[in-house]
Amino acid sequence: MSMESRYDKPGLLATYGRDGLMQIILIANTVLMLFPIAIMVMSGFKSNIEIFQDPFSIPDFTNVSNFVAMATETAFMRYLLNSVVVTGASIFLLLTLGLMAAYAIARYEFWGSSFLLLFFMAGLMVPLKLAIIPLFILFRDMGILNTHWALIAVYTAMGLPSTVFIMTGFIRTLPRELEDAARMDGASEFRIMVSVMIPLCRPAMVIAGIYNLVPIWNDFFFPLVFIQNDALKTLPQGMTSFIGEYATDWGVMFAGLTLAAAPITIIYIILSKQFINGMTAGAVK
Amino acid sequence: MPAPTLNGISRTPARTPRLRVSGRGLWITFLLVPPVVVMALFVIYPIFSALAYAFYDWQGLARGDFVGFANFEKVLFQQPFAATTWNAFKNNIFVFFALMIIQNGLGFILAYALWRDLPGARFHRIAVFLPVVLSTVIIGYVWKLFFHPIFGAVNQLLKAVGLGSLATPWLGDADTALNALIFVNAWAWVGFPTLVFLAGLQRIPSEILDAARMETDSELTLIRRVIWPLIAPSATVCFVLLFIGSFNWFELPYIMVGLDGSPYGNTDVLGLYFYRTAFGNQSAGIQDFGMGSALAVLMFLFIAVVATTWTIYLRKREIEV
Repeated sequence: MSMESRYDKPGLLATYGRDGLMQIILIANTVLMLFPIAIMVMSGFKSNIEIFQDPFSIPDFTNVSNFVAMATETAFMRYLLNSVVVTGASIFLLLTLGLMAAYAIARYEFWGSSFLLLFFMAGLMVPLKLAIIPLFILFRDMGILNTHWALIAVYTAMGLPSTVFIMTGFIRTLPRELEDAARMDGASEFRIMVSVMIPLCRPAMVIAGIYNLVPIWNDFFFPLVFIQNDALKTLPQGMTSFIGEYATDWGVMFAGLTLAAAPITIIYIILSKQFINGMTAGAVK
Repeated sequence: MPAPTLNGISRTPARTPRLRVSGRGLWITFLLVPPVVVMALFVIYPIFSALAYAFYDWQGLARGDFVGFANFEKVLFQQPFAATTWNAFKNNIFVFFALMIIQNGLGFILAYALWRDLPGARFHRIAVFLPVVLSTVIIGYVWKLFFHPIFGAVNQLLKAVGLGSLATPWLGDADTALNALIFVNAWAWVGFPTLVFLAGLQRIPSEILDAARMETDSELTLIRRVIWPLIAPSATVCFVLLFIGSFNWFELPYIMVGLDGSPYGNTDVLGLYFYRTAFGNQSAGIQDFGMGSALAVLMFLFIAVVATTWTIYLRKREIEV
């Protein structure tokens, strides 16, 4: 039948229609993802009245008074600095310690090395949140409750298993020729590690760093329990203070949320590929 | 060239072997001790302590008498605690199943759409993952403001498009509060399963797809019979991580509906109840580390047992394909 022969060429129409549907789904989803973020940013430039009466209008972007209020009248900058210090120190420590453990496990043969790898791997399965009570008591006894050290300790420990996992896998793939050559030249084991191996490990360190950066930077739970002193609060935790303070001033609240979202959003947009690879690193082998 | 041996060091032309060997031992010890100490002190010790603490009576921060399973009995069977525990558990289960359908389901559809590499795919990929990198605190507050009954963007938008009759106090209404939270969670996290599924799809060899397309014209059959089995490892990861996340749910409900799971416990989940028990309700100011530890141990055991069993089951499915 002629009708049938026209539809006999499959693929074409079907494919075209299917891809059209897929494109519509993607566009609709992207609008759904970005529209709320756009509303958040735009509301930061508005007064209460403008937000309540005209929530979806384009604001006057030169009116930055809400942002100025947020940056000067609240402890926002202090929270931001605290977050940078805590996150920076934690990432530095977990990469350093993770690299040390991974290097020893991947590069040297010694008794118990596979047990050690399992020891670290077991940490991947443990939701450390559920050990919050013993951690609270431990930090109290150590005298570091209500200090940044409590956060740095728990974040470093939390990040070690994934770092060891990612780094061990990577270091094992590195060729041995380079370090053998260095060894022939009489370089010490320390020299070999620092001058030869660490530079080669950079890609894996980026992956492990990003994998841990996002949850540490965004964490709210541990500061909530460990930090009472307002001057020591990190950004996610500090946000609850200034949101409470400005509960009736929506423009300032939205400005604060926008400012708080800005640092990681900007880094994400610049490094989106590394972020996506890094954050799905544990899931995609 | 000296023959390579298993022992990395013995390849070096060692002049004083004994010294080198002990030097090597020292070096490995130096590398391993700091990370192992950190793990032991801040992961292993707290986990085992949590188990032990659940068997004691606690007076504030001071450990009292050994009480056996009394704390477990309280949270599981003794009223009013048991009612709260089971209500929270029920909500966790609902959250998990709802997110399995919405978050992982939509994630798979979006991954499939992105996989076709249509114009703008790169941009869509960046957009879908953006909320994943944002703090739950930011997301929670933004959506809390959006869900405001009068001035919130959601109801304003409904009014603007003539659907004002659908406007409701989303977070204050017992019928909608938990669903609103689930929606926000799916909005924030859908990018994660999307990109995990996408990575799985991209690893399917094109020869297999071409061969399968010769066999069938139906894309749905292709997805069901060929694509879905081939990305089973991605599905395992998305399912199990969602399960763990659903039963650890805390930040989003804490920010959006408060510590009590308002209204009337309709959004109460185990994470909130655990925090209230261990670190005190702001209004009541009480804390009970014994019952809190019992809850933590039960949650840990439940998550560990189900996640492990399910992973083994799902992995088997992967191999059989």
